Amino acid sequence: MQVNENETFVPTIVAFCCNWCSYAGADLSGTNRLQYPSNIKIIRVPCSCRVNPMFILRAFQRGADGVILCGCHPGDCHYTTGNYYARRRMTLLFSMLDYLGIERGRTRVEWVSAAEGQKFAETMKSFAAEIAALGPNRRLEDLRCRK
Amino acid sequence: MKFLKRTDLDCFLTAAAEHRTIYVPIDEEPNKSAYRRYKPRTPVSQGLKTTRSAKDFFFPQTENLVGFRIEDKKIKILDPRTEHEDFAVFGVRACDARSFGILDKVFLSEPVDTYYQNRRAHGLILTMTCRRPAETCFCTAFGIDPASPEGDIVFTETADGWYIEPKTEGGRDFLAPLEEFLEERDEGGAEEAKARTRETMEKLPLAGLKTDSFGGGKTKELFDRPEWASLSEACIGCGTCTFVCPTCQCYDIRDYDTGREVRRFRCWDSCMYSDFTKMAGGNPRLTQKERFRQRFMHKLVYFPENNGGEFGCVGCGRCLASCPIHMNIVKVMKTLSEGQDEQ
Amino acid sequence: MQEMMKNRAKALLADGTVSRVIGWRRGEFSYDVTPAVFETAEELERDFVFDAFCGANVSKYLIRESAKDGGRILAFLKPCDAFSFNQLLAEHRVRRENVYLIGIPCAGKADIDRIKKAGIDGVLGIAEDGEDFVVSTVYGEERVKQADVLAERCLACKSKRHPVYDELLGEEGEDLPDDVRFAGVAKLETMTAEERFDFWRSELSKCIRCNACRNVCPACTCENCVFDNPDSGISQKTAADPFEENMYHIIRAFHVAGRCTDCGECSRVCPEHIPLHLLNRKFIKDIDELYGTYRAGEDDGTKNPLTSYTEGDAEASVVRERGRA
Repeated sequence: MQVNENETFVPTIVAFCCNWCSYAGADLSGTNRLQYPSNIKIIRVPCSCRVNPMFILRAFQRGADGVILCGCHPGDCHYTTGNYYARRRMTLLFSMLDYLGIERGRTRVEWVSAAEGQKFAETMKSFAAEIAALGPNRRLEDLRCRK
Repeated sequence: MKFLKRTDLDCFLTAAAEHRTIYVPIDEEPNKSAYRRYKPRTPVSQGLKTTRSAKDFFFPQTENLVGFRIEDKKIKILDPRTEHEDFAVFGVRACDARSFGILDKVFLSEPVDTYYQNRRAHGLILTMTCRRPAETCFCTAFGIDPASPEGDIVFTETADGWYIEPKTEGGRDFLAPLEEFLEERDEGGAEEAKARTRETMEKLPLAGLKTDSFGGGKTKELFDRPEWASLSEACIGCGTCTFVCPTCQCYDIRDYDTGREVRRFRCWDSCMYSDFTKMAGGNPRLTQKERFRQRFMHKLVYFPENNGGEFGCVGCGRCLASCPIHMNIVKVMKTLSEGQDEQ
Repeated sequence: MQEMMKNRAKALLADGTVSRVIGWRRGEFSYDVTPAVFETAEELERDFVFDAFCGANVSKYLIRESAKDGGRILAFLKPCDAFSFNQLLAEHRVRRENVYLIGIPCAGKADIDRIKKAGIDGVLGIAEDGEDFVVSTVYGEERVKQADVLAERCLACKSKRHPVYDELLGEEGEDLPDDVRFAGVAKLETMTAEERFDFWRSELSKCIRCNACRNVCPACTCENCVFDNPDSGISQKTAADPFEENMYHIIRAFHVAGRCTDCGECSRVCPEHIPLHLLNRKFIKDIDELYGTYRAGEDDGTKNPLTSYTEGDAEASVVRERGRA
């Protein structure tokens, strides 16, 4: 979380992007000169399936206000099935976070292909707006890491 | 002798809380209590013991020791210590009261642990006699009298209140502004209550527990006993016994990188954990049997050896109540004593 | 029952079918039984006990015991334990050929904490008398209904059936309906996020990080847990921050999701009485609702829901949509 000079809340957002689709999608949105919020920090992973629930929690611990996981569309996984497993895993994790009273909007999964630069930018804009509206992450933060 | 009526406890504590922070046992659920900061009109637990011991007040489960931050290419050292506020812990039983003496031997001997010392200097211990000891109690085995606890002020409990006896200067100062809540009563009632407690202790199942087979200098007889294998076989290696124990004092020091600074903190450790004593070159205690043995040898042999014969256990019985598989120091003592007799 | 078990164990020891027996050893106060391995008929006669307080699940010990050479070990498994064992078997964590299983019926286990919650202390002995327990204490005799002091997990029992055994003592039971089991989870689900947050904060803040829930869990069988591995970057010895309490409990429950047989050991052993089963059951309920009913430890050919998938699985956004409905 950051607060700029005008005291408006600028959330920190972590986006885990799979190397084959979504990271390339982010690249494409860049080469197409499409804008997306600069407070999105992209972490490239080999496959959405590489993201284990601990990654998501660690991102929150280290100051993220929202975490989004992007991978290839179901059926298009570079490793054939990785995103199917990721989908189940994240569904259960998000449901658990909700169960613990953490705001539902703070986590999201989106499928973004290498050809969807536009979708990448749109997704990031809408996610950033949602997190900004939710405000700083207070329920799943590590107080020691608060800035 | 001074007496505080049960009905006046709330006023007494409320008035006392104006002078210093008071911690009292509060029921979280029936038969389960924890120390909490006293707030007026909160009922104080009638239970015998809190689930966690009172050692947290002086030796908390986790505390920051020092911090480091890089500023202008220099390492800046941050001292998280603040002047500790004065506080009092109400309702400490004789077993926990003795445990502070044991912790003192560890933390206040050279080199003195200033974090512990700081807290200790600001804390008053208000102890209470035990009216209804539990079957898991065996403090008498270690020479503790639950009818006459140590502490700054002793509260001898009767049906309608407490006889109050300050034992230290700090205790007298604490009571001075609270005289109005106390009345004068004949000591007979106190003696009667004490006699009843002692009588109950004799009827408890662990009343006859013997410590003869243990103490300093018994390492050779006990260390290689074959019974350790069967005693430890069911141990799941959790830290419950050590964390509820009022006298377990082992800790680990770790660094936590917050992203802007490094915080060096200490936290309780347990000899039951597989990475306890892990060091460069390996771990001298590789199996649960060795870890298990360490805990009991420490309390029953090594500690008395280094501390003039005083055992490192106060018989509070928390480990008996909390152990997931019900293996505990009493079973260890009984098993090893039996074997001793046969030899 | 205890005599039947003892006799059967002695017979199997005598004819050489097994060389050891894992069961429960008598304690000091009639409720503090300890799992133990018995090697002789004399030991069995002296210390073997089976009563309402033998709740500890012995399946996890069979990982270690079945890896030993020197003959088979006899284990008496309650239905819960049998589910746990079967799950371990499916994960190749036990050597089936080294274990001889006798399924024993279970009418539910008593929880000593519930007896004490009823205000009974100074317990000297507990005897069964019809539907009651007669508890003799230092302060006199007390009587409680057995049904009133059953452990939570037994009130929400999922099955009286043994999914695996070599022989059975007594009658085989049946599966029980799931609605009781999920009632606690369902109740939390109807609360607001704020209420749930407050509920879990008040529960999880009690955690002393003794790791008993993890260590006792028959599904937690990693050789080195991520929380114990200083190289993992998240090893924790203490919950130094509320975040770490959340992290530990979410990950602990997640790691056994799809493998948890809901034996309830985690909640049984928690010294702080945190209702940890509510975390595990949430995963079980979600899996049942999203991916079809799955019962870990059943081993009926269905695949573990977290190592399988279907193309038509719900998207993760189902969690948000569910909330809007």
